[in-house]
This record gives sequence, structure tokens and C-alpha cells, in this order.
Amino acid sequence: MSDRTADATPAPTQNATVALLKEFWFYFRENRGAVVGLFVFAALVVVALLAPLLAPHDPIHQYRDALLLPPFWQEGGRIDYVLGTDAVGRDMLSRLIYGTQFSLFIGCMVVAIALAGGILLGLISGYFGGWVDAVIMRIMDVILSFPSLLLALVLVAILGPGLMNAMIAIGIILQPHFVRLTRASVMSERSRDYVVAARVAGAGPLRVMIRTILPNCLAPLIVQATLAFSSAILDAAALGFLGVGAQPPTPEWGTMLAEAREFILRAWWVVTFPGVAILTTVLAINLIGDGLRDALDPKLKRS
Amino acid sequence: MLRFLLNRIAVLLPTFIGVTIISFLFIRLLPGDPIELLAGERGVTPERHAQLMHMMGFDKPIWQQYLTFVGDVLQGDLGQSIVTKRPVFDEFFTLFPATLELSICAIIFAIAIGLPAGIIAAVRRGSVFDHTVMATALTGYSMPIFWWGLLLIIVFSGTLGWTPVSGRISFMFFFDQVTGFMLIDSLLSGQKGAFASAVEHLILPTIVLGTIPLAVIARQTRSAMLEVLGEDYVRTARAKGLPPSRVIGLHALRNAMIPVITTIGLQVGVLLAGAILTETIFSWPGVGKWMIDSVSRRDYPAVQGGLLLIASLVMLVNLTVDILYGLINPRIRHRR
Repeated sequence: MSDRTADATPAPTQNATVALLKEFWFYFRENRGAVVGLFVFAALVVVALLAPLLAPHDPIHQYRDALLLPPFWQEGGRIDYVLGTDAVGRDMLSRLIYGTQFSLFIGCMVVAIALAGGILLGLISGYFGGWVDAVIMRIMDVILSFPSLLLALVLVAILGPGLMNAMIAIGIILQPHFVRLTRASVMSERSRDYVVAARVAGAGPLRVMIRTILPNCLAPLIVQATLAFSSAILDAAALGFLGVGAQPPTPEWGTMLAEAREFILRAWWVVTFPGVAILTTVLAINLIGDGLRDALDPKLKRS
Repeated sequence: MLRFLLNRIAVLLPTFIGVTIISFLFIRLLPGDPIELLAGERGVTPERHAQLMHMMGFDKPIWQQYLTFVGDVLQGDLGQSIVTKRPVFDEFFTLFPATLELSICAIIFAIAIGLPAGIIAAVRRGSVFDHTVMATALTGYSMPIFWWGLLLIIVFSGTLGWTPVSGRISFMFFFDQVTGFMLIDSLLSGQKGAFASAVEHLILPTIVLGTIPLAVIARQTRSAMLEVLGEDYVRTARAKGLPPSRVIGLHALRNAMIPVITTIGLQVGVLLAGAILTETIFSWPGVGKWMIDSVSRRDYPAVQGGLLLIASLVMLVNLTVDILYGLINPRIRHRR
């Protein structure tokens, strides 16, 4: 399979990209955990995309004749409700399946918010330096001096509870990491010959920042984005659990746990499954993150 | 050294000002009229409204309001809680020992297990033990701790009936709060079984709050040890014929500890964020639960004060870690 791709001779630039991807895959494959994580994550994406087809029931329909049913293998469980039902008779499995959509959507949105803002501020900060840099970095310091969840909680209090506002709040608290990383990379790249050459050739600051410098800072940003993806899912679930994230009856895993709290000693399944879902997703992404770091970090690669 | 100290404090000053600005803006950024927010559900007459606006200074220019706020803060006046009518400052520090006690126990738990696990994993790199520790650490690091707490309650309080579900001590015991630390107060009270009850109540919250720091410390210790074990001076020490225990314990460990101490210091923010969830699950009467309750009761002066105090505490701890770091590592201290 890999021999055949090597035989094919596409255009030179495409060839370089393929070679780069192949080198990346070579190092990424070394880390068995990362490969497992990737497969689990791919499976979750499939589940999220096919949720309407896979879910046996409507996730918010309340079956009044099936309240708090245990999973089918336990006494009293029914095969129609494979993982049981919650306190108002909603099918657990269907809610978990639809929850995948929410978690992955939250991860994507938060990373998009944090990455866009972080890269922009980091580029400006690193490229211009001086007081602009000082002001931006002090603001980031302030954000970082609050415990993340507390700041998210307060931001949601200002913006109002709900999934969208929770995502914005988490995006803001995760942003400083991206600003710092981008800024550090930009500062180390700024005085390199290729940047000076681009500038001498007459490229404006915007072009130098985005076309010349940014592509060379991507590796650490990709790793950080993976980590942010998993913390976003965790934080959003925590906000949902505290009642200020996604609102019921949304089948978001954290919100499901909040609703399940009063039944913990009576119905283990309403508590266990949403947590397993969160843990599996976050673990898979963190495994990928570890693999990406090994594969993309040139310092570790050389040794 | 003094210069290093002053330098660190000077760097923190703008951040502290930023923290005061954020806390100050919090009430003013909330949607709606500040007086009506502060008055709660009762509402106010227009005359009273104008009077209150004047009294609380909301009619002054914003920069003047800010200066008044900072002036009050520096004197320890953070306003009054709407719900209890008590000063926010007193309220916070009555509850703070509970959070501090839990956090100290959690970090001790995390260090006591994470540090040795990380060291052994590094020394036996590639062994089954190493793989197990790293897999467990990554799982712990990915753990939604609010769920982890519920799970432990199901198993240890529900099924096995070993530990209590919530609170700091059994209702059977009454005694004065001397230090605010239940472990010490229960001993001082001299009542039989009080200390054991306090310990029982602490076990599950400690595990829950300590899980993520434990995972982070184990991972960081392992990678720091691995880095140091590859250094020339460790090879030299080995070549001299020193016993492995001495090479690892003395030469490697002391140098590996420098990044680990920073990591431990950085866990303070993690602990305080975790305390919000842990205290909510176990009905632990600390500042984390108080913040959540204040948000849901719309007790905005309490939220504002808590925000400011918690951020200040985190900054203070980070400063202490910075200074400790300078003390043990002269390279940092003398860097310009």
C-alpha cells in the first residue's frame, strides 16, 4: 500500500506534502496508544454523524411506561431500552448517542474560538512587540490567574446560561495558551533570514505574519489544540453538571449527570454511562495529543 | 535576592490591577440595572432607586467608581452579601479553612503517590510498571472529576457503606471551631470518635480532588527524571561506582525536582477549580460550594468578592512558588 503511493509521481509540491504526511504517520504510528485513540475518536465521529440512524429512540421523548428502567441484562430491564431509561423515561442509549454530537461540536467550536483569537493576538503580540505586546500579555496573565472553571462560571453568569455561552466562556479561558505559544514561536522566527527576505521583498506585515511566519509555528499549536479540545469537553460537561451549561432536556453528557445526581444510590446506570462516555472521549483525544506531540516535536524526534 | 524578590512583585502588580478591574467590571457587565440586581426579587421604588444609586456611587464616573472600589478592597471591605447581609470578606474566610484543609489533604495525597510512582516509572522505563503508571495517569488526567466523585459514592458509600456521603463530620459531634480545620478541631474537642469521623468524611473528597494533580505530578516526575537520568553527571556518578540508590536518590532526584516543584505549584489553580466541583458533590462547606451557591442565588457581591480573593490567593501562591524556585535554583535568581 505504502509502496504504491511512493511509486506514483504527483506534482512536486504535492509530493513534498505526501512525504511530510508519511514522515508524520511514521512517528505517530510508533505510539500505539495514539493509534488506538485515533480509532476511538474516528468511531465517535461516525456515531455523531449517524446519530439519527443509530439511535433507537428519540433522545428527548419521555416513555411514561418505562421510568428508570435498568439495562436489559438486569432484572426488570427491557431489550427495547438497551442501557435502560432515566427518571422521566428517556432512552439512555439514544441520549448518549446524541450526546456525542454535542461533545464533538463543543470541542470544535471552542478550539475554533480559542485558536482564532489566540493566533491573532499572539501574532500581533510577537510581531510588533513593545507596549502592544506588554498589554496583550498582561491581559492573558490576568485570565490565567483565575481558576479556569471559576472564570468560565462567572462569564456564563454575565452572558447567561446555555451551551453557546458556555462555549464562548471556555474559548476565552483557553485562549491565553494559544496566545503565549504563537507569540513565542513568532518571536523566535521573526529575525530568521527567510522572514527578513520576505520583508525585503516588500511583503506587508499582514502577509509576513500569516503567509510567512504562521506556517512555521503550527506544530506546537496543533498539539495545544488537541489538548484544548479535550479540556473543552471536560469543562463544558462540568458547566452542564453545575447547571449553567447546556440546559435540560438537551442530551449533553454533563447535563445528564446533573439530572442523574439524585438517583445515584438507586439507579447506577443513569450516572455511570454518561461519565464513561465523557472519559472515553477525553481519553481518546488525550492519547492522540500525546502521539501528536511525539510525532511533531522535533526535539524528541531527533534524539 | 532582594532584587529578585522585588522584581517578581513588580511583575505581579499589573496582573493584580487587572484582577481588580475584572472583579470590578463583573457587576457592571451583568445584564440589567445594578441596583435591581443587588436588591434581588423585592424590587425598589424609583426614589429609593435614585437614593441607592447615589449611596453606592453608581452615579459617579466609572473611573471614580473603580478607585473607590480599589480603596475599599485594600482596606478589606468587599461589600455585603445580599443573602446573609454579612461582610463578604468574613464570609469567605469563615469557609476558607474547609477548602484549605481539603486542598492540603488532596495535594499531600497527590504527591505521596504521584512522586514515587513517577520516579519508579522513570527508573524502570519500558517495564510493565511504567506502562501501568502512565496509562493510569493519562486516565486520571482525562477524568471528569464530578463523575469520579459520584462513582466513588456509589461504590464506597452506597454498596460498601464504608464512607459517609457528604459533609465534614457526623451530626453527632458539636464543638467550637478553633482553627477551622476539622482534623485539628476534632482532636482538640477531646470527644471520642470525632477525629475518626472527620477522617472518614475527608477520604473520598481528598481522592476526588487529588486525582488530576496526582496524574500531572506522576507524568511530570517521570519525564523530569528521564531527562536527568540521561545527563552526563549521572553517568559519571554511575561510572564512579556509586550504588544505584545513591545515584537516583541524590544526583538525579535533586535535579529532577526543580520542574516538579513548579508543577506542584501550578496545581493550586487546578485544586481551586476542582474544589468547586468536589465541594458541590460532597456538600463540603468551603468556598467552592459557596461560589456556586452565590452564582445560583444571584448573590453578586459575594461572587465579586470571591472572584477577587481566589485570584489573589492563586497569585500569592504562584509568587511563593516563584520565590522558592529562585531559592533552590540560583540560575533563575541571577538571570537578568
